[in-house]
Amino acid sequence: MLIQLPALAVILPLLSAPLCLFLRRSLLAWLFTVIASGLTMLVSITLLQQVMASGTIVYEMGGWSAPWGIEYRIDKLNAYVLLIVSSISTVVLLAAHTSIEKEIPQDRHTLFYVLYLLSLAGLIGVVITGDAFNVFVFLEISSLAAYSLIALGEDRRALWAAYQYLIMGTIGATFILIGIGLMYQMTGTLNMDDLSRRLPEVAQTRTVFAAYAFIIVGVCLKVALFPLHRWLPNAYAYAPSVVTAVLAATSTKVAVYLLIRFTFSIFGISFSFTTVPLQTIFVILGLLGIFAASTTAIFQKNVKHLFAYSSVAQIGYMIVGFSIGTTTGLMATLLHLFNHALMKSALFLALGAVMYRIGSAQLSQFQGLGRQMPFTMAAIVAGGLSLIGVPLTVGFVSKWYLVLAALENGWWPVAVLVLLGSLLALVYVWRIVEAAYFNEPPAGRGAVEEAPLGFLIPVWVLVTANIYFGMDTRLSVQVAQAAAQSLFGVSP
Amino acid sequence: MILGLYNYWVVVVLMMIGLYIVIAHGNLIKKIVGLTIFQTAVFIFYISMAKVDGATAPVLAEGISQYSNPLPHVLILTAIVVGIATVALGLALAVRINEAYGSIEEESIQNQDNQEC
Amino acid sequence: MILSLEAMLQLSIVLPLLATVGIVAAGQQPNLREAVTIGTSLVLFYFVVNLYQGLKQGEVISVQWWQLVPGLQLSFAIEPLGMLFALVASFLWIITTIYSIGYMRSHHEQNQTRFYACFAIAIGSVMGIAFAANLFTLFIFYEVLTLSTYPLVTHAGTAEAKKGGRIYLGILLSTSIAFFLLAVITTWVVSGTLDFKPGGVFDANVDTTVAGAILILFIFGIGKAAIMPFHRWLPAAMVAPTPVSALLHAVAVVKAGVFTVLKVCVFIFGIDLLSVLPTTQFLLYLAGASVLLASLVAMQQDNLKARLAYSTVSQLGYVTVGALLATSAGVIGSSMHIAMHAFGKITLFFCAGAILVAAHKSNISEMRGLGKQMPITMAAFFIASLSIIGVPPTGGTWSKWFLLMGTLEAEQWILMAALMISSLLNIAYLLPIPFHAFFSGDKTPFSRAGVKEAPLPSLIALSITTMGCLVLFVYPQPLYELAKAILAT
Repeated sequence: MLIQLPALAVILPLLSAPLCLFLRRSLLAWLFTVIASGLTMLVSITLLQQVMASGTIVYEMGGWSAPWGIEYRIDKLNAYVLLIVSSISTVVLLAAHTSIEKEIPQDRHTLFYVLYLLSLAGLIGVVITGDAFNVFVFLEISSLAAYSLIALGEDRRALWAAYQYLIMGTIGATFILIGIGLMYQMTGTLNMDDLSRRLPEVAQTRTVFAAYAFIIVGVCLKVALFPLHRWLPNAYAYAPSVVTAVLAATSTKVAVYLLIRFTFSIFGISFSFTTVPLQTIFVILGLLGIFAASTTAIFQKNVKHLFAYSSVAQIGYMIVGFSIGTTTGLMATLLHLFNHALMKSALFLALGAVMYRIGSAQLSQFQGLGRQMPFTMAAIVAGGLSLIGVPLTVGFVSKWYLVLAALENGWWPVAVLVLLGSLLALVYVWRIVEAAYFNEPPAGRGAVEEAPLGFLIPVWVLVTANIYFGMDTRLSVQVAQAAAQSLFGVSP
Repeated sequence: MILGLYNYWVVVVLMMIGLYIVIAHGNLIKKIVGLTIFQTAVFIFYISMAKVDGATAPVLAEGISQYSNPLPHVLILTAIVVGIATVALGLALAVRINEAYGSIEEESIQNQDNQEC
Repeated sequence: MILSLEAMLQLSIVLPLLATVGIVAAGQQPNLREAVTIGTSLVLFYFVVNLYQGLKQGEVISVQWWQLVPGLQLSFAIEPLGMLFALVASFLWIITTIYSIGYMRSHHEQNQTRFYACFAIAIGSVMGIAFAANLFTLFIFYEVLTLSTYPLVTHAGTAEAKKGGRIYLGILLSTSIAFFLLAVITTWVVSGTLDFKPGGVFDANVDTTVAGAILILFIFGIGKAAIMPFHRWLPAAMVAPTPVSALLHAVAVVKAGVFTVLKVCVFIFGIDLLSVLPTTQFLLYLAGASVLLASLVAMQQDNLKARLAYSTVSQLGYVTVGALLATSAGVIGSSMHIAMHAFGKITLFFCAGAILVAAHKSNISEMRGLGKQMPITMAAFFIASLSIIGVPPTGGTWSKWFLLMGTLEAEQWILMAALMISSLLNIAYLLPIPFHAFFSGDKTPFSRAGVKEAPLPSLIALSITTMGCLVLFVYPQPLYELAKAILAT
């Protein structure tokens, strides 16, 4: 049984999706999805424990061995990302039943859960697989599910956002497909492990350069790296709240994982960082992303838009850490992967609670909410502080490592800019705080109650995690460090 | 040399046409058409890549020693399925957008959105 | 003694934080809530005094908590400077609580539960700062202090409070994130440790340019020390209720700032290194300018709290100057000034609050002749002013004396002149207030019908702190010994 765990991680959500279709009642479908996602989380926890204890797990799908069959290869890096994806998905799902009740028509509830499971299966598949083409397939499964999920949003702009995302996402995925094809052409293999051994021999060819370029651009589209982020704000802003929470926390993270996997494991550090001027490009784009997106966030009128732009900025931090090209830098990126997933899922879910009560996420509607929804607003403040990087929250831990990495490398201007960037976060978070706590509720609005427990419990689970992992960093730092070191050591 | 690799030229030209349509056209259906051409170009790239000169289809038979590589063909079968799903979803979205906005022109949709803001 | 000293050390940080739970739980019953606050403050002071006894007997008291990030531990240790700060802060918390009860009730403030709860958190973080054994721990409590005092500053919830709060949080968080955190991490990268060590953590052949740059980052980053041009938050924070201004902006927050400056100068750089850094001189002049300019600005203020706020900025400059002088007299003077100024300034704020509650006046021009109605308050104001100026028979005499000795020792003549001129300016902006209150009574254009002395709890509180100013003149030994022991460790 234990030996089949890697397959189980994908199969559980993938098979649950069609099964869920038979459950007509919303509540049943929800319970079923929660259980499926929860089991997937248990599987990921077990996998992470195994990997940390005894090293990389190799699983041959269907018993076909490596170059012919598809191989699942789980090292510290993907075990870590698996845990992030499956656990955030499970916690966010707890709020789904309450949230979609108001945002999605009754007859589509079951379909919503089916899509949710498909998206989860796709994301897990991307992370777990050791086969380059398989990455493409799973990426498209999760993306197609995500487009549909976004289109479920009640505002008609959700449709338009989903359409734009579909176009951009498909171009990105096709770019990745081209890159994979070119790699296959040069090496005759699709297995990541094989690729990493055969690519260095042909590294100096134009085909490999082209392959790398296509893959990086394709992945960056999915990452929403500035300036390829245009699809993200609207998609996040108009999707149903639960969908935003889960997508913001997982889908871009998985794309960042791909970036790391392709750059470090498959093409190798020496190719990615010396032959290609990747460092310079990424550090500039990362910093530009931080400043441009944070500044845009400050001027948003809709809080969902505000946090969506903030997500683009946070991706900038991850990219900066990655581009430093040291173990500490990569560690900072991996930590922020985890930490940002915690912050943004908490924030977007809390916004979902606000939407549930007042039906809008306009900043002007936040007036007076500090008194009317104290627990929800406290959660937003806590999440916001984490976003700024205040000590005792997870945001501080990532910022600490990022600045440390930049300074260790002698890049002190980068360190300064990273810290200045967090001051912009202070500005946009405080706009919400001031609106909520220093103003009377707008005239026309009736009494507003605190959000139901269906929201408060998952939101506060996530907020507590934000604080807990900000104070006890053993799990996140240890795993991130081990993963970063293994990527810099012998490639898996 | 240049003509010998004509399949790649076809691929590149098709890709460019596809991408150009996606970017330049404001009609949502035309965009999807462009996207399909773009994807198909990549399919052709995979398929032609696997063809070995003078070789036959990968079916075991007497007296034949050279086979084309079957793997990319199989891969592209999968990719085609993915492509169909994408197009289907894209068209479905276009229909819904038409219902909601009364138009499938990008400009008109953007205008309506801007007015709402 | 039932508890070990280690347990007391931890409790002195944790207890105020736990008290917030009790305060919130008792929110519906004001009497119980305030009893919880006073009880906690008394127990806290008892702990701190016990720790002081332990320190005097030469015991080494330190506690390690968990590692926040590998290699960086939350840990606490007691040394003389921190002890001094903790003694002052915990003692004055008791007095302020007594004062608050009178003030908040007669002023009918809203949200008093939140007020007491945030107050307790702030005191807990001050204890954390005072006893921090490394820079990392100190930084964390420094930030917690900023955040926990924000609701206190914006207590009124008005547009003015929002604006004040924005400046308060904006400057304090920005400087701490952009400069202080950067300085901490750079120190960690350069020296490999963040533990406070007598003599400093940098080794002898450290690049002085780098260390000098780090020093600038520290001095600018510790915004709570209110060195110009990062002093604007302090006047802005005066929108807070007076007890908050009194304890937090005369004692806890601002003193946490200069305490951190001193701690960094003595235990991160060490006075030997400090004296050879190329940037020290520049920062000394900056602090000196801050002393003088703030005094000049104070003279222009008609609002009493604003005048006191600028006076605080100026007095904080004294402490920073003393720390940067890198002489033993400078360090002794600085650390004693933390205590002396605390007693003096808290009394002045108490008086300002008492006048506001009893006579509803906040402008100095309206206080003429008030000495007849409020003799005790005005007498206290007079004595506390003397202490700020630094003349006998008040405690302020000693610290100013040592600070001047410090400038003499370091041969900083310009600074010496700056400090002396500023003391003269102190006379010019503080003494006229009680003077006019007592002697210009007849010319007052304002109606004083029905004005009485302030509520009794407030009067008790300000009398105690006034006594403190006087007692510290006669009996400064404990403070002096602690201050002297800082460099001896």
